[in-house]
Amino acid sequence: MGYPHKSHPRETPVLSKHFGEAEARTLDGWKKRGGYKALAQALATDPLAIQDVIKASGLRGRGGAGFPTGLKWSFMKIGDGKPHYLCCNADESEPGTFKDREIMRWTPHALIEGCAIAAHAIGAETAYIYIRGEFTEPIRVMEAALAEARAAGIIGKNAMGSGKTVDVWVHKGAGAYICGEETALMNSLEGKRGNPRIKPPFPAVSGLFGKPTTINNVETLAAVPHILNNGAEWYKAMCLASPKSTGSKLYSVCGNVAKPGNYEVVMGFSFKEFLYDLCGGPLPGRKFKALIPGGSSVPTITIEEAEQVKMDYEGFLEQGTMLGSGGVIIFDDAQSMPRQLARIARFYAHESCAQCTQCREGTAWMTKILERIVAGQGTFEDLDTIFDLSEQMTGKTICVLSDSCGAPVVSGITKFRGEFEALIKGRRSSTVAVGAP
Amino acid sequence: MADTKMVNLTIEGRAVSVPEGTNILEAAKAAGVLVPHYCYHPGLPVAGVCRMCLVEVEKMPKLAPSCATNVAEGQVVHVYSEKALEARKGVLELLLINHPLDCPICDQAGECELQDYTFQEGRADSRYREPKRFNPVEDFGGDVLYVTNRCILCTRCVRFMEDVHQEPVLNVSDRGDRATIGKASDADLTQPWAANVIDLCPVGALVSKDFLNKARAWELDRTASVCTGCSQGCNSILETRDNVVVRQKPRSNDQVNRFYLCDEGRLDYRWMNRPDRMEAPKIRLADVLSPVDWEIAFDETTKVMRGKRAYVVASPRLSNEALFLLKQLIGATKGTGVFRCATGPEAPLPGVPDLALRADRAPNVRGAELLGFARRDHDLLGGLAEGDVLVIADDELAGLDLGTAKKASAIVLIGTVLPAGLPTPDVVLPIANVAEEEGTFTNLRGRVQRFLQAKAAPGLARPSWYALADLNAALGVKAEYFLPSAVFEAMAQQEPAFGGLSYETLGLYGAPVKGAAATVGAA
Amino acid sequence: MSHGPSAPASSHASGHGHDTPYEPVFTPGSARKKELDDIITRYPDKRAALLPALWMIQQERGWIPEAAMIEVGDQLGCTAAYVKGVVTFYTMYHQHPVGRHFIQVCTTSPCLCAGADKVVEAFLEHTGCKELGLTSADGKYTVIEVECLGACGFATPVQINEEYVENVTPEQVPAILAGLQ
Repeated sequence: MGYPHKSHPRETPVLSKHFGEAEARTLDGWKKRGGYKALAQALATDPLAIQDVIKASGLRGRGGAGFPTGLKWSFMKIGDGKPHYLCCNADESEPGTFKDREIMRWTPHALIEGCAIAAHAIGAETAYIYIRGEFTEPIRVMEAALAEARAAGIIGKNAMGSGKTVDVWVHKGAGAYICGEETALMNSLEGKRGNPRIKPPFPAVSGLFGKPTTINNVETLAAVPHILNNGAEWYKAMCLASPKSTGSKLYSVCGNVAKPGNYEVVMGFSFKEFLYDLCGGPLPGRKFKALIPGGSSVPTITIEEAEQVKMDYEGFLEQGTMLGSGGVIIFDDAQSMPRQLARIARFYAHESCAQCTQCREGTAWMTKILERIVAGQGTFEDLDTIFDLSEQMTGKTICVLSDSCGAPVVSGITKFRGEFEALIKGRRSSTVAVGAP
Repeated sequence: MADTKMVNLTIEGRAVSVPEGTNILEAAKAAGVLVPHYCYHPGLPVAGVCRMCLVEVEKMPKLAPSCATNVAEGQVVHVYSEKALEARKGVLELLLINHPLDCPICDQAGECELQDYTFQEGRADSRYREPKRFNPVEDFGGDVLYVTNRCILCTRCVRFMEDVHQEPVLNVSDRGDRATIGKASDADLTQPWAANVIDLCPVGALVSKDFLNKARAWELDRTASVCTGCSQGCNSILETRDNVVVRQKPRSNDQVNRFYLCDEGRLDYRWMNRPDRMEAPKIRLADVLSPVDWEIAFDETTKVMRGKRAYVVASPRLSNEALFLLKQLIGATKGTGVFRCATGPEAPLPGVPDLALRADRAPNVRGAELLGFARRDHDLLGGLAEGDVLVIADDELAGLDLGTAKKASAIVLIGTVLPAGLPTPDVVLPIANVAEEEGTFTNLRGRVQRFLQAKAAPGLARPSWYALADLNAALGVKAEYFLPSAVFEAMAQQEPAFGGLSYETLGLYGAPVKGAAATVGAA
Repeated sequence: MSHGPSAPASSHASGHGHDTPYEPVFTPGSARKKELDDIITRYPDKRAALLPALWMIQQERGWIPEAAMIEVGDQLGCTAAYVKGVVTFYTMYHQHPVGRHFIQVCTTSPCLCAGADKVVEAFLEHTGCKELGLTSADGKYTVIEVECLGACGFATPVQINEEYVENVTPEQVPAILAGLQ
């Protein structure tokens, strides 16, 4: 359901089916909707068999990277005698992305169930749900649901009477986008600065507290109970284009669009129909101009390019961008691209953890140049500098935060160079920002 | 080490074989290639943050941080490929965009890795057109000043305090380009080894208050020495300008002090520049000391010592060579040799095994013991018998009741300064201090280490071995030595503990005396 | 960029100012101490309770003074400098006292599309804060811009203390402020 809007008939609500239903937040309400059947069954199943189902379903990480989930789980050596950990990445902080928030607000038990199943499947007895600190309401809802599940014996020392221990805890962040990077998340959970770690070692070898760890996104884990309930084939069948992309996907749509909100469609859905039909198209009298379709870290595309996209991992790649987290930011013809891109760069400059030189200095420098261009003080050399800077900031640092700063900016300048040149030549931008005098 | 698997790789066309688990940066060092770097330091955990040491490794999709990438069999590494050079040039430009470029007033200038690598690989210009960020200078306490604007956030200082000193009083504060090195107000950098962060800092961000604006790095002469602050025997470098010692820094020696020098030791150099030195040999004439030629001073010594036993009070700050010659003198007069040593609280550096500021605050206690001197910390002159000749060898006699000295038939003073309260000596033989002569010390673990001459001795003062060798000759002891190495050779022949050692075998890192643990960890 | 609250212009910004003597939060036998000890049991290393402990301090004291960093460090076996490094990393921890109503307006890209900059102006005007990060003279408000609140579909979201207010327009600001206790 396209919360806050009514579900569109062309949506495939799996994860979002119960968005907006207050009763679904309660344990009874969730059970009434088929909840915790999958967990009961999973706890009686060999972890490797669960991994196989997830592998067969084709489920891929919904946080942005799209790594096959079953394969990720299989990196955990069951029975190696070490404690294993599951981290649920609920640090949703990427501009344009607000899907995990709705999952936690409306279907907390889906996430708890997914966490518990995943923990069992990777041989972990403890799962931590790392939720960004700003998400006070989702935290309250999750804590309440966890208390209920714990009281009912669904999680805890003898989860659902299985004799197995599955503890699930909420860990509250405190304002740092970078903690959505999996190794930074682990550092943050350990009570450290949220600095990404050098890989290798990979988390499955040495992760949280130095122990084998799997990190999965909220949406990924919330899909798991549905897959176990309905079978891998059912999930795999939700595919309209590339067979490598299966299942339903929640998209957060925001920016200049008639009906912003969350929409759930099957992989391979037409982006054009999605934008104009489901999301209601542009605001009255406006035209779509540009999109950043996968959260602010992915390359900017024009509306013409977007209209070609089949919405899956491969489809977005074909148009030179990425599915990412599924956070679709739309700019219409009233938006100044230089101003928007300067704001995006400022976000990354603010969020850089300060470890790597290119990121710490580069994101801030790029922001200053862009803000100067927006202020009408730019030069053509500045554009060259930005391109070169982006090159320095790409593929050379511990994590991809600085890459993510360069990607939307450089693609944006390439595709909307005229707007930048107009500012540089001392003229007003060819478009006027909404609300600008 | 025998079963360590070796890995073969090629770095800049040079084949090299290193133990498995070595990082590419160290492997390159072994191949004679220096990969520019800032955050990496062999004594600290790898951080991999400065991104300066990026190199191109064939078959790897991205440039690899050579500090955080281990070698693999058959790897082909390019340190100076276009891609790698371009990346490092980018890092250098970024490190400088907010840097104040205040090299003319920076103490690090001339020994600054930011200067060096920029000169080597950086851009000639900057494309940065924005205002630079500014942060005030901060006093970190102890000897350390933090010049925030010069900081490149390599975090060596933070890691040293956390992992080596194990007193995590430094942090990285804030994030993004607002980040700085910080500390809390409840703890200053006053820990016994804290000032090492100054040496570890590759740029001019952490500077020594003691050395502040004292000299330009390129004006300094550098001499390999051994710290005299305690019996650990940390290897050091004495830096002099115009015949004045202006700084002491650690010199790496994995067997003794790794890369470090304690704060007390590093600041223990001022006495080397004392102005109140004895500059000429003197004899007592009508209760007044009068300058004379060395020969006359020796003649006078021979005269007062004839037929007497020598009671030699030696300083554990004297070299093995001087102590050996004193031992000969003692033997010739059937005398006695004693010493005392100042002590203080021991202060280990937790992250390095067997490294500490030692309780014995002198460099050659072990040498004195091995050469037969008896330690008398409390009653130094207690063994002096009526009629003995009291030979003071570089002990300044501070805090002693010198009334007993009256028992002596004569007093011969061999030293650098005239001790206060001492009855006028019969003879004064001025000698050089540790910075002014060459010699060896034996540290508490029995490691014999050389120190070299860093500056000239004042006036007619002679190196201790030279003065003592000539004195012995005057007394009839066969002692014709023309070099300190010759004294050492004689000692190696006559003293079993030093057997087999020579200046050549000692080199600049030393070697253990017989029976001392060869290496292991440190000391 | 003006992102965090800075030192307040007025001294009566909060019950616990820079000059107020610090009262420990985790005193033996206190509810907070019990809560912290309970949280510690969830992790194999007690330092993992650092973020939760800092949250408790902020709930109790309104901000995190250096004395609190020493206290938390003592509780969890780390130095005040370490704690400070962590506190300064996370933007939600206040290093200075803030107004009773801490107003964070999201101005990141999608919200900028919706005119978040005007919402910021409206809050500054109607709270009397004048500048981002400064606390109003009556100690009631502090307004800052915040990076992405993760409610981009409900632009412009504003977080006031613990609560989100969504789809905020400049016109609604006086009413929103009037509704605050």
